[in-house]
Amino acid sequence: MYGLGLAKGLVVTAKNLLLPSRLMTIQYPDRKVGLLGLSESTGMPVISLILKDPLSCVKAILGLMVVKASVPQHPSFRGEEFVWYEQRCTGCASCAKYCPLGIIEIVTSESGDQVQEGQKYNLDKFDIDIGRCMFCGLCVEACPYDALHMGSGFEEGQYSRKDLVITKRQLLGAKKKPSTWFRPQLSSKNYDPHTDKNIKWDSAGRHEKPSLQEQQDNWVKR
Amino acid sequence: MEPNIMQSGFDFHTIYQFINGFMPENLDWLSFLITSLILGIVIINALVLSTAIYTWFERRLLGRFQSRLGPNRWGPFGVLQPIADLVKLLTKEDTVPDEADKPIFTLAPVVFLVPALIVFSVIPLHGGSFMGRLNIGLIFVIAITSINTLAVFMAGWSSVNKYAMFGAMRAVAMLVSYEIPMGIAVITIAIAAQTLGLSNVVLAQDVPYLLVMPLGFLVFVTAASAEMSRTPFDLIESDSELGAGYHTEYSGAKFAILQLSEFMAPIIVAALVTTFFLSGWRGYGPIPGPIWFVIKTFVVLFGFVWIRASWPRLRVDQIMGLAWKGLLPLAIINLFAVAIEVFIFNPGEAGLSTRDLWIMAAINWAITIISIYVIFFVLGQNRLKRPEPVVSPLANMYANTNVVNNVSDVMEAD
Repeated sequence: MYGLGLAKGLVVTAKNLLLPSRLMTIQYPDRKVGLLGLSESTGMPVISLILKDPLSCVKAILGLMVVKASVPQHPSFRGEEFVWYEQRCTGCASCAKYCPLGIIEIVTSESGDQVQEGQKYNLDKFDIDIGRCMFCGLCVEACPYDALHMGSGFEEGQYSRKDLVITKRQLLGAKKKPSTWFRPQLSSKNYDPHTDKNIKWDSAGRHEKPSLQEQQDNWVKR
Repeated sequence: MEPNIMQSGFDFHTIYQFINGFMPENLDWLSFLITSLILGIVIINALVLSTAIYTWFERRLLGRFQSRLGPNRWGPFGVLQPIADLVKLLTKEDTVPDEADKPIFTLAPVVFLVPALIVFSVIPLHGGSFMGRLNIGLIFVIAITSINTLAVFMAGWSSVNKYAMFGAMRAVAMLVSYEIPMGIAVITIAIAAQTLGLSNVVLAQDVPYLLVMPLGFLVFVTAASAEMSRTPFDLIESDSELGAGYHTEYSGAKFAILQLSEFMAPIIVAALVTTFFLSGWRGYGPIPGPIWFVIKTFVVLFGFVWIRASWPRLRVDQIMGLAWKGLLPLAIINLFAVAIEVFIFNPGEAGLSTRDLWIMAAINWAITIISIYVIFFVLGQNRLKRPEPVVSPLANMYANTNVVNNVSDVMEAD
């Protein structure tokens, strides 16, 4: 009969209205929550939340409560805010040599410290221009001492282009939440930079340098 | 269900008498003026505020129908969004095209807005309307709502834009066609209720006319949603074809007024549907009449939004076909069925009794189902046949080549 499709269309939209699982919108950087959403985001049951913080409960009921919302990312997401451990860095500048865009600028001076494979240099300057960075991660792959890691965030927007250059001071002060990208010692521990704590240089671990035999075996297996 | 015949007390006559009590002898005209002013302010504010609430309601609901959230940022649950929209529209530049017919261009939004306000003043919210008990309410409503055809054409004609003109011409053709089934549906109500007054129509509905004449309800709602050019019938302003139709050239405050009256139309139509078919302010229990009226109106509005979210736009020929081949026969069938039934029952002064109305409902539901099936079956015969797909000469290019379907076959062969 003419017109049955109309009823089908109505059913589809009614399902959209009634089933919350059909709602596709992900709100970012914050979202409005009701009372149940507030108890979910703070991790407290509703009654203790009401006893502890009645004002924000009233705001939540009125629909005025705003909580921060994050977009879930994979632990091996290659983000900005590179994680750099200066205790491990010898100033070899492998990262700068491997960078396909040449955006890492390193100036070193001799320090006289001897480490296992040679001298450790002082870093006078270590700038990464992430305005031109394409986050390929070759610098991280190239680092022989696992001193440089990809970061986990992506909220480093700036108002001018020259503010996008990450200097040595910023690198020292940045959050030490490395991405697990190209770092099997972190991913094998199921480290998630978005939920877990900062990692210090001595607990970050190093992946074992494979022996010549292992390298040859891997090559054959490929 | 005992009809609750209580005058609202807030109508033109009562206020006029009240103010005239304080006035000296020869100043009747002044109290008349003051009364008009008070009622005007009340009606305009009530309707504009409810339109603002309705725009928020529609946008939130439409969002949920389309798996979105809708406006939720500004104020609790986004309630203040209409205010933000208003501020944005009023601060925009108000441009008038150089070649436009400026007086008509300026007048068109006003002509569009005023009929909606006037119609609202005669809808009975509780016992009587703001204008008291108008005894020719049905004719008044039909006459006044037809004016916005003129306003649409004024807007389209004066803005000297071919798309605006297309939209306006489509609007006139469509609105004139749909006026006829709508008028016949309203005549049917007048026959069943034996009156032309809107309050008396409500008082005559011991059984809601939705049950008594479902065919009339269907015709009226379809024709009315075409009159206000909402989604199944929105080819007047179909954005994919015409830009925005008749208000292509409008901006700023004039555009705001056009949008306001466009969003006001569903409220007016829903109020009319409530009055004609859902027994107006009458309800059960201790809840007062106006609240029943608002609840019923919002149920009808929910239906309109649901339909807007679900159904695609009709083509021009489909719209005209639906009006003349579908709705007009249905309206005439409904008219004759109700007229014959009223003639047989012959109610006289007292009006139809509840028993008569239930018998009519039973007969009319059977008539409705049969006639809708027949009419839509006949309309379905005229569907365009989809042509047979033409097979491309390259379609079977790979028919005889060896395509490996399963890797394990190859492995075994090795």
